[in-house]
Amino acid sequence: MGTYNSEVIVGLKEGVLDPEAETIKRSLERLGYDLKFIKSKKLFEIKLDAESEEDAKEKVNEMTKRLLANPTIHEYKVDIV
Amino acid sequence: MTIAVIKFGGSNCEKDTVRALSYLGIESKIVWYKEEIPEDTDGIIIPGGFSYGDYLRAGSMAAITPIMDSIKCFSEDGMPIIGICNGAQISCESGLTPGLFTTNKSCRFICKNVYIRVENADTIWTERYEEREVIQIPIAHGEGRFEIRDEEMKIMEKNNKILFRYCDENGRITDESNPNGSKNNIAGILGDKNTVAVMMPHPERATLPELHLMDGSKILQGFLR
Repeated sequence: MGTYNSEVIVGLKEGVLDPEAETIKRSLERLGYDLKFIKSKKLFEIKLDAESEEDAKEKVNEMTKRLLANPTIHEYKVDIV
Repeated sequence: MTIAVIKFGGSNCEKDTVRALSYLGIESKIVWYKEEIPEDTDGIIIPGGFSYGDYLRAGSMAAITPIMDSIKCFSEDGMPIIGICNGAQISCESGLTPGLFTTNKSCRFICKNVYIRVENADTIWTERYEEREVIQIPIAHGEGRFEIRDEEMKIMEKNNKILFRYCDENGRITDESNPNGSKNNIAGILGDKNTVAVMMPHPERATLPELHLMDGSKILQGFLR
């Protein structure tokens, strides 16, 4: 049993409307910046005990599928850091 | 006839819902989400509000509470169940109904009366309306934009699972009459069984005469068997 740190990044799938990013883009443009593209993502840092790195990744993957992300609109990436 | 109105931490439409039901002569009881659903329950409403402060995604946290598993079991038995506003978000997040409701296209919280069109009048929720009837009803949400995978959308349309669409006062389905950017102007849908419905507009706020808008009352009358 060891303690592992993981990072989960959840973002919208390509093609899914991102009103938050659009709003931020407009505000940045108001500040005078010229943007080609912006996308917002959520980062979760999770510390947990697990049998192995593999086990930790499996557990975090499961948490992400069950709650942190919604497969209808999200894609995600899980890393043990 | 007793309807269970499920209350989560952050629900705030449960009393309005009970009052609207009472006006229609339907008995109801507020059930805290940690309690068992009473045995004499004939129908369930998941009311509006901001369960768990809308953290993560609206409805996502309430969706994984054990009471939702009970509600899914009741839904399979054909019990009438309707999720309204936050209740709709919770139902979709829990998988009771497909798709999900996410951030409005404008990113703004929208609170106003809108028009919706009855797309399927062959359900307990809409049998008192005419097919394609236009009704006026309030919405109040920040995350009401319906999203679903294209292939699932096709199946829903094919199986007549669209209950209401946002429209203009003449019943035309236009971008301008779509308040939140919902896919295909969807305002309400049906579950696997047509006795399960979810909708972002608030029928309980369009039921009492003192609110001067009663177009939603026939939806809640769906509980009257």
